[in-house]
Amino acid sequence: MPKVKHVSAKNGDVIVLVGTMKGAFVLRSDKFRKKWDVGGPYSIGAPVYAMAFDQRQERHRLWWAQQSFQWGTVLCSSDDYGKTVTEPTTYSVKFPVESNLTLKNIWQITLGRADDPDTLYCGVEPAALFESHDAGKTWSPVEGLLNHPHRPKWVPGGGGMCLHTIVPDPADPKRMMIAISTAGAYRTDDGGATWQARNNGVRAEFLPDKHPEFGQCVHKVVQHGARPERLFLQNHWGLYRSDDAGNSWKDIANGVPSDFGFCMAAHPHDPDTVYIVPIESDQYRCTPEGKLRVYRTNNAGKSWEPLTRGLPQKNAMETVLRDALATDTCNPAGIYFGTRSGKVYGSSDNGNSWKVIMEGLPAVVCVKAARVGDDGTDSPRRRGGAEKKKNAKSRVVKSKPATIPKATKRKTAGRARAAR
Amino acid sequence: MPITIRIPTYLASFAEGQNSLALEGSPTTVSEALKILWGLHPGLRDRIVDEQGAVRQHINIFIGEEAIRFADGLGTKVPADVEILIVPAVSGG
Repeated sequence: MPKVKHVSAKNGDVIVLVGTMKGAFVLRSDKFRKKWDVGGPYSIGAPVYAMAFDQRQERHRLWWAQQSFQWGTVLCSSDDYGKTVTEPTTYSVKFPVESNLTLKNIWQITLGRADDPDTLYCGVEPAALFESHDAGKTWSPVEGLLNHPHRPKWVPGGGGMCLHTIVPDPADPKRMMIAISTAGAYRTDDGGATWQARNNGVRAEFLPDKHPEFGQCVHKVVQHGARPERLFLQNHWGLYRSDDAGNSWKDIANGVPSDFGFCMAAHPHDPDTVYIVPIESDQYRCTPEGKLRVYRTNNAGKSWEPLTRGLPQKNAMETVLRDALATDTCNPAGIYFGTRSGKVYGSSDNGNSWKVIMEGLPAVVCVKAARVGDDGTDSPRRRGGAEKKKNAKSRVVKSKPATIPKATKRKTAGRARAAR
Repeated sequence: MPITIRIPTYLASFAEGQNSLALEGSPTTVSEALKILWGLHPGLRDRIVDEQGAVRQHINIFIGEEAIRFADGLGTKVPADVEILIVPAVSGG
């Protein structure tokens, strides 16, 4: 077993969370983001598809999903950057018996709005949304989506039938966008009671009807808090923008080598700036022409520019998966991504230049970044917004309470685990 | 003679560090034996069976040398003096 190291961080530092197919890592740097300490691995040997860092109410809580071929998937947490890990005795995210579903994996962990500090969401496989309103102690499925009439017609994509993207609207506590592969994008405007497919204009290359109501293989949707009605979408073939909260989408693949790709990230401060990493095709899921290029638009998709400084421009047959590109909230912004070949690249200048900050990792499936001490109240991404409705309920849906799990706290250093 | 259940090292941390557990009572099936086990160590349940109560796909349970997968599953009869073995399957990547 690898030796486990830990990081500690102070306000102003930057944390990058890296989930891999064989454990999770926590990277720390100061505000200059030149040198990185590495903590981990945590959940050694386990695929970690989802991670999050909750700083609301002065927490410093890491969340991650520990998947196991044998023991199932469990949501773990740590309040001290991994030194002690809480793994619930009873799994906290699980389907009710009457659903006839069993949890395969947790693909996304998303914090609720900054003004709703005990709310978290999980996107899972098979496709469902879970929510917690007690800071992650108990979870329950959002039943409006669990019992959605389209569910019998949803089919799994290559990664499984996963709900991988959760976008709570910062301006409207009752509105949320989610994305499922392969079902497409869905939005609720009534706190989760009902969900409508929002795929108008998004094509489904792999279906006879190229523009169905649902069934698209949406890979990622991002939003900027300062303009919550504007969304960007990376599709399984297709790059889109919506200016009406997802009611309609227009093609913005202007000048990219391929409009196929998985990941997408919004700039933390500029609502016109978005990052992607194009992939050649669904048949050859590697960066085109052997060049590892991040593409950036600074004008909401009217044009895209390749960012290459510090990135390999030959023999780079890389894949960046849907949740493996992230930004911090610094200015200039830090941009980070991880590859299936186990490299993590970072930029501390809005993507203008890059360097490898870690390599030799197992395949990277998840990257998240945050500035320590930024609880979201200063971030347009999650602070709510000017249209905040004082009397609106912030919960997505009323749902059945789950059992309160007893937690097992474990010191991670030197912990013996069964080999996987 | 009590029924003994042996569990892998990973699960021992959810059973007060024990790898071998003697069950009290007289369970007649694997299902009944596991129910007693969940009562003693609730943390074992979610790791061995899923939400629907089925043994997880990559876990094998043996009565002596017989895999319950090829017998009657959780309904497999449990003789009085037997050892139940819970082992992870050879899987992963």
